[in-house]
Amino acid sequence: MSTYAQKKGVGAVIWDYLTTVDHKKIAILYLIAGGFFFILGGLEAMVIRIQLAIPDNNFVSAGFYNEVLTMHGTTMIFLAAMPLLFAFMNAIVPLQIGARDVAFPFLNSLGFWLFFFGGVFLNLSWFLGGAPDAGWTSYASLSLASEGHGIDFYALGLQISGAGTLIAGINFLVTIINMRAPGMTYMRMPLFTWTTFVASALILFAFPALTVGLFFMMFDRLFGSNFFDHTMGGNTVIWEHLFWIFGHPEVYILVLPAFGIFSDIISTFSRKRLFGYSSMVFATVLIGFLGFMVWAHHMFTTGLGPIANAIFAVATMAIAVPTGIKIFNWLFTMWGGSIKFTTPMMYAVAFVPSFVAGGVTGVMLAVAAADYQYHDTYFVVAHFHYVIIGGVVLSLLAGTHYYWPKMFGTMLDEFLGKITFWLFLIGFHLTFFIQHFLGLMGMPRRIFTFLPNQGLEIGNLVSTIGAFFMAVAVIVLLWNIVITSVKNVKVGNDPWGDGRTLEWAISSPPPFYNFKQLPLVRGLDAYWIEKMEGKKEMTPAEPLGDIHMPNSSFIPFMISLGLFIAAFGAMYRVDYAWGLPVLVVGMAITLLSMLVRSIKDDHGFHIHKEDLIDDKDKGGKA
Amino acid sequence: MKRLGKWRLLPLLAVVALLAGCGEPFLSALQPAGEVAQIQYDLMVLSTAIMVGVIVVVAIIFILVMVRFRRKSEDEIPKQVEGSHTLEIIWTVIPILLLVVLAVPTVSATFKLADVSEMDQKAEEGESEALIVNVRANLYWWEFEYPNEEIVTSQDLIVPTGEKVYFNLKASDVKHSFWIPPVGGKMDTNTDNVNKFWLEFDQTKADEAGGIFYGKCAELCGPSHALMDFKVKALPRAEFDQWVADMQNVTEPVQAETATAQAGQEVFNNSCIGCHAVTPANTTPEQARMGPNLTDFGNRTLVAGILENNEENIKNWLKDPEEYKPGNKMTGKYNLSDEEIDAVTQYLMGLKVQE
Amino acid sequence: MHAEEKMTNETWPASPEKATLEAKNKFLGFWFFLGGETVLFASLFATYLALKDKVPTGDHYLAKDLFEMPLVFLMTMLLLTSSLTSVYAMYHMKNFAFKKMQLWLGITVLLGLTFLGLEIYEFNHYVHEYNHTFTSSAFGSAFYTLVGFHGAHVAFGLLWIISLMIRNAKRGLSLYNAPKFYVASLYWHFIDVVWVFIFTVVYLMGMVG
Repeated sequence: MSTYAQKKGVGAVIWDYLTTVDHKKIAILYLIAGGFFFILGGLEAMVIRIQLAIPDNNFVSAGFYNEVLTMHGTTMIFLAAMPLLFAFMNAIVPLQIGARDVAFPFLNSLGFWLFFFGGVFLNLSWFLGGAPDAGWTSYASLSLASEGHGIDFYALGLQISGAGTLIAGINFLVTIINMRAPGMTYMRMPLFTWTTFVASALILFAFPALTVGLFFMMFDRLFGSNFFDHTMGGNTVIWEHLFWIFGHPEVYILVLPAFGIFSDIISTFSRKRLFGYSSMVFATVLIGFLGFMVWAHHMFTTGLGPIANAIFAVATMAIAVPTGIKIFNWLFTMWGGSIKFTTPMMYAVAFVPSFVAGGVTGVMLAVAAADYQYHDTYFVVAHFHYVIIGGVVLSLLAGTHYYWPKMFGTMLDEFLGKITFWLFLIGFHLTFFIQHFLGLMGMPRRIFTFLPNQGLEIGNLVSTIGAFFMAVAVIVLLWNIVITSVKNVKVGNDPWGDGRTLEWAISSPPPFYNFKQLPLVRGLDAYWIEKMEGKKEMTPAEPLGDIHMPNSSFIPFMISLGLFIAAFGAMYRVDYAWGLPVLVVGMAITLLSMLVRSIKDDHGFHIHKEDLIDDKDKGGKA
Repeated sequence: MKRLGKWRLLPLLAVVALLAGCGEPFLSALQPAGEVAQIQYDLMVLSTAIMVGVIVVVAIIFILVMVRFRRKSEDEIPKQVEGSHTLEIIWTVIPILLLVVLAVPTVSATFKLADVSEMDQKAEEGESEALIVNVRANLYWWEFEYPNEEIVTSQDLIVPTGEKVYFNLKASDVKHSFWIPPVGGKMDTNTDNVNKFWLEFDQTKADEAGGIFYGKCAELCGPSHALMDFKVKALPRAEFDQWVADMQNVTEPVQAETATAQAGQEVFNNSCIGCHAVTPANTTPEQARMGPNLTDFGNRTLVAGILENNEENIKNWLKDPEEYKPGNKMTGKYNLSDEEIDAVTQYLMGLKVQE
Repeated sequence: MHAEEKMTNETWPASPEKATLEAKNKFLGFWFFLGGETVLFASLFATYLALKDKVPTGDHYLAKDLFEMPLVFLMTMLLLTSSLTSVYAMYHMKNFAFKKMQLWLGITVLLGLTFLGLEIYEFNHYVHEYNHTFTSSAFGSAFYTLVGFHGAHVAFGLLWIISLMIRNAKRGLSLYNAPKFYVASLYWHFIDVVWVFIFTVVYLMGMVG
């Protein structure tokens, strides 16, 4: 493996990343692509807030505003939040369970490229006649009436990236079940691994509903079917059901891993094991389960009738119980602990009250009769931003600082990190707290402007000012990343000094095979246990031997590229004669690539024992 | 016990103090102006109070943790606590109890607000004491049909105060949502089915709000979703009856009086009447009612739901509707010179069923 | 055990589909995949039930006018039998009897192809005799999407099994390809189970009215 360490040219590095099946490199790809889309979605958010800064503003036109708001939501949920979480899952979960890679390295790569091409396809709509403009929920009557190809970009782009997400979900499920190191029982898994596991199960059972909904929309718009056309017997409420059967679990797909990241951070920097570990696991599973029972609370005003509304109201309230358990467990993990306020810990600490605020408005929204007032107003906008930013984005920022050394071997600057934290936290509350009141004062959501003298001026202005704080915070973070990379000061295995779980037992970044010898896990917080006994590293569970590794492959890229091309064909088929052949060629590329994958044997390769012994200074010893 | 009782009310009072006086009385859900809005407001206050209680508990623990458990030395290793069954039972059971307190009124209010049985009863007997309004939402305008009174109006909803008004809601193009924040929560207007609900309008609150409430579309429906406003005039029953009678009296289009207005009427009859009716009868089928009914246009509070009703604004609107409501269905349907627009404006301003 | 080892009748393990870590992963992952597929078909079934007989005007044919028992019954029998023959194939795979496995897989493929042919005939029949098309009504869209998705699964399953048979025709069984055969047969069973539901929900319930 001596070739591995050699310096490579730019072209070789790019080729390496295009073909890689290493979970750590795929994590970096997810981080870069997700980060890019996060900034894109952030810019869209700034357009929204600038337009709404003053009444009767003309910063953007009404039609363009609808495109921006649609793309902001869609980008942030599908192309930023989820991929960024996948970045940390990929980088950390295999290490946390003591595995050398995920169960399906090839599929891992395929999942990334599908997401990537789906996201690129969706965003190309900006340059090809206009982006989707029916909101990220894309309710059927409006999305069928929408002119141009915007909604087609939405349906096809999400279809492709959704397939990638589904694959990633299955991959993590199998990885966590089959690839755990000796001694790593289920009830010894770190919370981030547990939440990844439950979130992956949610992906598996939620995404197919979206797939079906998107197929219907695609068929209706491009192939003349009538699922949502009421004049032909169709029904638009079917879309609402399918979308929210996916959409509500999606919230938990995002927020559960965030809970996991914070659980690990809080425990680490309090130097205390997680309070009520087993009830935390139980609460995670329960939230995941209940997440499928409550979708219709997004449809209280659709007219489902009082029986359905009452049932879904009570079911929704029930979710508050396991969530409350988690909040108190976090607080009592810190209670009696030894809290060190590092940047990640500050995010974790700020997360607790911020998320409580988002949670309690969630319970308020569950009150069906009162929801008739909240629904589709800025109150809801405030609520879900409190949940998504207060929960998910804070966890992503925390995770970026916390896991950066493990992913890149360098520490982000703590001083700049804290500046980012304070700017972001202040900006976040400034932007969204007041929106609760705007909603109650009669401001519907998704309006491109508001008229003067309706009492909405001050609130909107404050909100816009807050958004600028957040924008500056993100710029500081980017600057932090740049100077950290330039300085390039390498760190050791456990740079925070308080690491408890297996990922901190190996070098930063780990060698490509992760663990030279698989570690023996003797309890929860495996590395902490060894440290408390005065040891510096894990006890190996196996003698040094050959390691079997998967081969790199360009096929995932090709499969995804084929679908990307086919999507253009499917879309332009209705306008141009060349559409159909392009559709066929794209599908052929995908299917042939799959056939090649199936026919060509791929046995991987072995790293020989002798090479591993040479590799001493890599620190890959368990 | 007594002191505890008072203490319990404290968050409730704090919430009421915080929420009251927020927003404008014609638009704010926090200044309820009817039974439905009041029920919903009470639920808001109850749920907010419970939630503020939760927040207070979390905040106290949070602050204690932040103050007491900072790391003092790098060598300290705290005791590794597994958990506490007692504590876990406490913070499982108490939230469940709180949710039960919230769930009971929620379920009862949900059923109460959905009770439209009176609507069907009256309809079967043939005569209706309860007032029914058919709301039809269209791309950026609202139509209000009074089926028992057999009249149609648009943009300005006229209702009597102090009684339940029943609504049939539907959309003719894409999904919209019908919302009058001070009077009650919203209900979607679907393309596939008719939704039903009721509202009640309070006279005193209506007077405080200047006799007019603002209504909004609350479901994204296209570029001008933000501008799809309507107005609600809430009147005492007698005045409402008078308005109905005056409307019913208009069986033929009102003839214009001045010369300019007469010229305008001619232009109107050539260019506009295909979409806009100037008689209130509901005899034409819905599909033919392609634009707002203009019978009582002169008395409208606003032009196109957003502009003050004056000569200048009517002219501007007719000249370039796209500028004021992007994506509306009127742009490009007619071609009028400036003189013709002036004449039509004169005609429209004279369309009043009541002085 | 390594996937590349040359196997003999003696060294062939009892569960070749789960003998290596890769095989175990594939086995479990595929079950999860089928879990996702179940949700996919559940959504399609729910939509079909919501849109069944939803047509714009009275002159459209409804479910009770369209379906004919003999044809659908024959199709059901073909697919059920093919599921059974694929079980035989897996039985021989576990006994390291490659030739017999290929034979039974071949029979499975033939039955599947016949099924697919009949389905194409059926669709063609509805389109030309009854004007019941994908675009004629919401009922048509829902029907062709549900049954067509199943048909597409059958077609994909056939391509998959045929590719496996051809690819491995010369080299026989190994621990590398045994899980591939096994997973393909799992897929085939799943398709069969879905068809049982289609037969019940679409055809039997449709004929009742």
